[in-house]
Amino acid sequence: MTLGVLQERIREAAARGTPLRLRGGGSKDFYGNEPRGELLDTRGYAGIASYEPSELVVTARCGTPLAELEHTLRQSGQCLPFEPPHFAPGATFGGCVAAGLSGPRRACAGALRDFVLGVKLVDGRGRALGFGGQVMKNVAGYDLSRLAAGSLGTLGLIAEASLKVLPLPACELTLQLEASEAAALDSMNLWAGQPLPVSATAWHRGALRVRLSGSEPAVRAAARKIGGAQLDQEEQFWHDVREHRHAFFGGSEPLWRLAVPSVCAPLGLPGDTLIEWGGALRWVRAQDAREIAAKAGGHATLFRSQGKRQGVFAALDPVAMGLHRRLKAAFDPAAILNPGRMYPEL
Amino acid sequence: MTEAPAAARQGEVARALRGFLPACAVLWEEEDTRPYECDGLTAYRQLPMVVALPETEEQVRRILETCSSMKIPVVPRGAGTGLSGGALPSGDGVLLSMAKFMRVLRVDPRARIAVVQPGVRNAAISEAAAPLGLYYAPDPSSQIACTIGGNVAENAGGVHCLKYGLTVHNVLRLRGFTVAGEPVEFGSHGPDAPGYDLLALAIGSEGMLVVVTEVTVKLLPRPQCARVVMASFDDLEKAGQAVAEVIAAGIIPAGLEMMDRPATRAVEQFVGAGYDLDAAAILLCESDGTPEEVEDEIARMREVLARCGASRMTVSRDEAERLRFWSGRKSAFPAMGRISPDYYCMDGTIPRKRLGEVLAFIGEMERKYGLRCPNVFHAGDGNLHPLILYDANNPDELRRTELFAAEVLEKCVAAGGTITGEHGVGVEKINQMCIQFRPDELELFLAVKRAFDPAMLLNPGKAVPTLARCAEYGRMHVHGGKLPHPELPRF
Repeated sequence: MTLGVLQERIREAAARGTPLRLRGGGSKDFYGNEPRGELLDTRGYAGIASYEPSELVVTARCGTPLAELEHTLRQSGQCLPFEPPHFAPGATFGGCVAAGLSGPRRACAGALRDFVLGVKLVDGRGRALGFGGQVMKNVAGYDLSRLAAGSLGTLGLIAEASLKVLPLPACELTLQLEASEAAALDSMNLWAGQPLPVSATAWHRGALRVRLSGSEPAVRAAARKIGGAQLDQEEQFWHDVREHRHAFFGGSEPLWRLAVPSVCAPLGLPGDTLIEWGGALRWVRAQDAREIAAKAGGHATLFRSQGKRQGVFAALDPVAMGLHRRLKAAFDPAAILNPGRMYPEL
Repeated sequence: MTEAPAAARQGEVARALRGFLPACAVLWEEEDTRPYECDGLTAYRQLPMVVALPETEEQVRRILETCSSMKIPVVPRGAGTGLSGGALPSGDGVLLSMAKFMRVLRVDPRARIAVVQPGVRNAAISEAAAPLGLYYAPDPSSQIACTIGGNVAENAGGVHCLKYGLTVHNVLRLRGFTVAGEPVEFGSHGPDAPGYDLLALAIGSEGMLVVVTEVTVKLLPRPQCARVVMASFDDLEKAGQAVAEVIAAGIIPAGLEMMDRPATRAVEQFVGAGYDLDAAAILLCESDGTPEEVEDEIARMREVLARCGASRMTVSRDEAERLRFWSGRKSAFPAMGRISPDYYCMDGTIPRKRLGEVLAFIGEMERKYGLRCPNVFHAGDGNLHPLILYDANNPDELRRTELFAAEVLEKCVAAGGTITGEHGVGVEKINQMCIQFRPDELELFLAVKRAFDPAMLLNPGKAVPTLARCAEYGRMHVHGGKLPHPELPRF
């Protein structure tokens, strides 16, 4: 498939006013408000356009399987530092950037958007536009690449993206400690304030796991300082947390994702909780968690639920929604790209 | 371009602002507004009609509301250290100085954040956090003077951004106002705020989308130790190759800087950093972290640099020596002032692998235009700062300097890079935006601008050229770099 084919589909849909549902492997169909519109499958536009390990940059087309991209990077001893979740075997690179989700390494390495260097975007008029580039620093023009990341395809089809990549850590090990929720939060925040190579944390039902990544001497020294027992099959554990295969994520009760200041005290919800990102990410099983997240100075997303999904994301204030609507109109005047997937107004 | 603005309009605007601002916070006499006529790019000057110096968020809101309703342009300004003319005033507008917003509101050691006002100096944040063992990572060379508000507007970088990121990676939340005076809050003290990433969009928008009144930054634990390797190379190309090899070896140095011989010779006279003046280029390669990490990484760096043909290597033995090695790099710009009446700093960024080619091109341009051009450069992230030496009192030298710079920036774009890595477009590089972006892309930038500021009143005429301007520049461009009417100011 060529870029021209994608452009033509969008131009045509814009002319007819037909909503399009942009979709890669469908691994994140469950995420966001109910998808609607005519299917535009992006998987045909695939492949790594350029990758030079010494430049720390990879450029790939949207349909590239995420697993294939990660495999290529791994062969050169590099990785996507934000450890993106796949959520299903078919996950594509374009879907990964459009969803903007990050995995366990988020608190130490940064979010997906932190690694976006440039995008090629097909806007709602079918125009192929390039923003950012393949260099580490670039302040020419507004940062529309980072704006597109995490926009759930509502601003344009991310046809290609360039991401900064980093070397794989030389050494990794995971420690397991017993801790109450409050004590775990204390430890996570304490460690983050010290020069320790902590690359992931997770707390669930009295067990705190902390992953250390870096040079071997640094990891060994930190492990002595933190204590606890070394976890077996640690790679599997972090994979399960990232991919929601951990037992906590089973069952049918609604799953909420609460993003709060890391120092926020235990939220005191009756349901089960799993904490990541040094305390800043709290997965909660509950019927509703919106109010408690807002009270804690954060926000809640209804991440997974049964039945038709609406109002998944926290509401925006009227000024912010006004800006969102005008931006949407600038990128997609016919309002055909993934309408309603993020907010009903967009 | 500096004639007195229409007096009646000036009186009207000053009176409107005096309605809610104290007398000392509204300036319009020429002797009071003169200090605001330019920023760090002194070749461009313009007296503002009125200067406003608010000290509360409510005053900022009312200034914006008043100017919006009167259709008066507003140009926000921090410390005025910007190098691209981003804070150049509008002759028919209000210059909004944020200088009085200079309080550190809160440093929270447990959450590792600082909440500060936009007029707080970059270095002052790290000073406030230092007793807690924390610091703010981005460190532009102007950090003792530049403010965090200006850093946000320009997405400022520094010498440590390969490892620690730019402003956009280290700011968690912004509060401020749209040009209409509506309150906005982008980002959050928790991660990943809902909706579009307006935080990232606002950072680096050159003060054209919102006026920022409060900034929350991320603080990092200060590394326990840091050491720097100074490596000499007898050839620029080899030094460039060494940079690529360090990174290919899986090392992300805390800082990785290159200076060529003309640059080391200029700074050595100025600060006596102990540089090898026989080397064609030197690299400064820094490691930071725990003592174990640093020892391990320095050994790996030395091995790679030796393999790449470093003719001499010195590792800093203590903190004083490390700071001395950096002092030359950090004072490269003022040092040029000693060897030339004026210098013009460029900011192009290129893929590292094209370094040799672009440096050779700069050498050709030195000969073509008969001007010297030492190079200092953030090698780790491919960000070049060639410094063209000229004398502003010689109009022909200034003209040749601008043509020299334009050719180098266009070369950076052709090499797959960008016209600006960290200094911003401002008024300085607005013509080169027409080279880097196509009309459809520029049109979308303008549409984004209108989404925030439909009347185009906030810092108008900066960063994004109109399509008409690009058409005009395109016509001038075909004359092979020889602009018609070189005597006319081009902004």
